[in-house]
Amino acid sequence: MSWPILFFILVGALSIATAVGVVSSRQPIHSALFLLVNFITLAIMYVSLEAQFLAAVQVIIYAGGIVILILFVIMLMGSEDVPVDRIDSSWASIAALGLGMLMAATLLYSFMADFLFQAEPNTLAGGAPYAIGMTLFTRYILAIEMVAILLLVALIGALLLARGPRTGPKTGAELHAEEEEADAAGTTIPYVDDETTVMAAAE
Amino acid sequence: MVPTFYYLILSAVLFTIGAVGVLTRRSILIIFMCVELMLNSVNLTLVAAARQWGNFNGHIFVFMIMAVAAAEVAVGLAILISHYRLTGSTDVSKIHLLKW
Repeated sequence: MSWPILFFILVGALSIATAVGVVSSRQPIHSALFLLVNFITLAIMYVSLEAQFLAAVQVIIYAGGIVILILFVIMLMGSEDVPVDRIDSSWASIAALGLGMLMAATLLYSFMADFLFQAEPNTLAGGAPYAIGMTLFTRYILAIEMVAILLLVALIGALLLARGPRTGPKTGAELHAEEEEADAAGTTIPYVDDETTVMAAAE
Repeated sequence: MVPTFYYLILSAVLFTIGAVGVLTRRSILIIFMCVELMLNSVNLTLVAAARQWGNFNGHIFVFMIMAVAAAEVAVGLAILISHYRLTGSTDVSKIHLLKW
């Protein structure tokens, strides 16, 4: 067995083991850390597939961004409330059986596919940033622009969704409306300048 | 050089593990991570195919998938947080308001 194949098997086994760890961990924080290792093994796979740029992007976006985001959410929610037991629905086992058969069929197909009998896979001229960038910014420039819009929309959407009920000081317009209401009702607003009272009043 | 179908097999196994996680776990966070796992296995397939055919387009696809995954994670985690703030639970079997 040649060294590249041995290396592939080692990294692949680590990848599968960490994927199983993600699914079967009882603590979500362990899942997130397993996920991190899984992403890194995939980055190694990308390097072995001559996609160095994608390997770097994988580490930066997935390991550096997404896992950190997930860890922050776990930190915000606290992990004691996360249910650990399995779902008990009848269709889940059927779906798992179907997926298993689908996977077996896929494996069989990939064993029998035509390109197995090609002598050598083509070698790319390098998945280096230069080649990727030339393709990305000439032929796929529209897709890049649309990704930019998508990221902007996601940013605004995430801000809007994650923003909780506002507890800070009231705006001038709200104060004015309250004053007018109080005037109409013939009462006066008690003056508060302590911030804790403002917060308590808002809640 | 490692043959392409090794990568395809690894990718299929990873995808299946992710799908099993989505189907069997009850915590939204873990389901989320399993979705990421499935997206990554598809990325691996695309990169392996790109090397097989000597074509960069697979790399571009992977790049786009990564961007979409990042956007999806941001919005999804925001939904998760706001739902957690409302109900104090991350159990998917308790989210059934729109279920008949």
